[in-house]
Amino acid sequence: MKAKFLVPLVIFLALAGFLAYGLKLNPREVPSPLVGKPAPAFSVAQLQAPEASFSSADMRGQVWLLNVWASWCVSCRQEHPLLVELGRRGVVPVVGLNYKDGRADALDYLVRHGNPYTTIAVDPEGKVGFDYGVYGTPETFLIDREGVIRYKHIGPLTREHFERVLMPMITELSRAG
Amino acid sequence: MPAERFLHSLRTAALLLACCAAGAAHAAGEAVPVSDDPVLEARVLALSHNLRCLVCQNESVAESRAPLAVDMRNQVREQLAAGKSEKEVVDFLIARFGDFVVFTPPFKASTVLLWLGPAILLVAALGAFALRLRRRQQEVPVPLGEAERVRARALLEAAPPPEEPYK
Repeated sequence: MKAKFLVPLVIFLALAGFLAYGLKLNPREVPSPLVGKPAPAFSVAQLQAPEASFSSADMRGQVWLLNVWASWCVSCRQEHPLLVELGRRGVVPVVGLNYKDGRADALDYLVRHGNPYTTIAVDPEGKVGFDYGVYGTPETFLIDREGVIRYKHIGPLTREHFERVLMPMITELSRAG
Repeated sequence: MPAERFLHSLRTAALLLACCAAGAAHAAGEAVPVSDDPVLEARVLALSHNLRCLVCQNESVAESRAPLAVDMRNQVREQLAAGKSEKEVVDFLIARFGDFVVFTPPFKASTVLLWLGPAILLVAALGAFALRLRRRQQEVPVPLGEAERVRARALLEAAPPPEEPYK
């Protein structure tokens, strides 16, 4: 009975706690409903060899990254050196999805910044991107051997995030099976 | 002096006019192809108003000019034209972009509190209020003790006449 006057204070603190938590959330990071689901299948032309096609089924049996990028995407440049390094070290196959881009621009970008990709699929109209729920490049999907999306990263990858979150997942997924 | 003023307002008017013209030209450049069927277009628009553009999150797909919103409108139009129902189209989009894409969140386990919370709070508050009222009704006023009565009388008698607040 004596502590009754504390009730508003407690309610206030709980509310403040919720709001403080909400402030820390990033509204740009929308949890993807695709995580844990089979990656949408696609078969499109390759950037460097337009007559050849790339199919997501080609990657069956491998753990791989699908990186959505474009030459007009400024924040893609931010993560590019990391991708180049991953490509050089051969940590994990990185397939590029060239999103709503022009062929010449994309090729020029790769000449200028280096090509970290094992294969590059082209998606000039963003159709594949739409199926993957892409709304802000760069986006990176981690796909396992069975073709299931295990993780989605929105925005430029950082080295710290890659080492802390993605690398353990890749190691784990590669070991299993 | 008035001449100068007139010139100034004229200049302002010209500036405003130029801005409007530029805006109109810009809008004209952004025109997006729509279908010839006004009924279908109305359905597309009605549905898009409840879809969130994920690029500019507080805008609906209907009003956003982001490329993704254009894509989404086209998807909605295509699928409605192909004879799909509104619900099927929304489910299609939710499967790709998540529940966040609709402005009215679906009712499910993780959103129960969101949907029912306000109602629960209202019922709880009304309940507490009713309880309190009933309790107050049942309260028996405690009669004043002799000492209290004496003190009250003393206070009343000793009280100075109330001052007039304003003269």
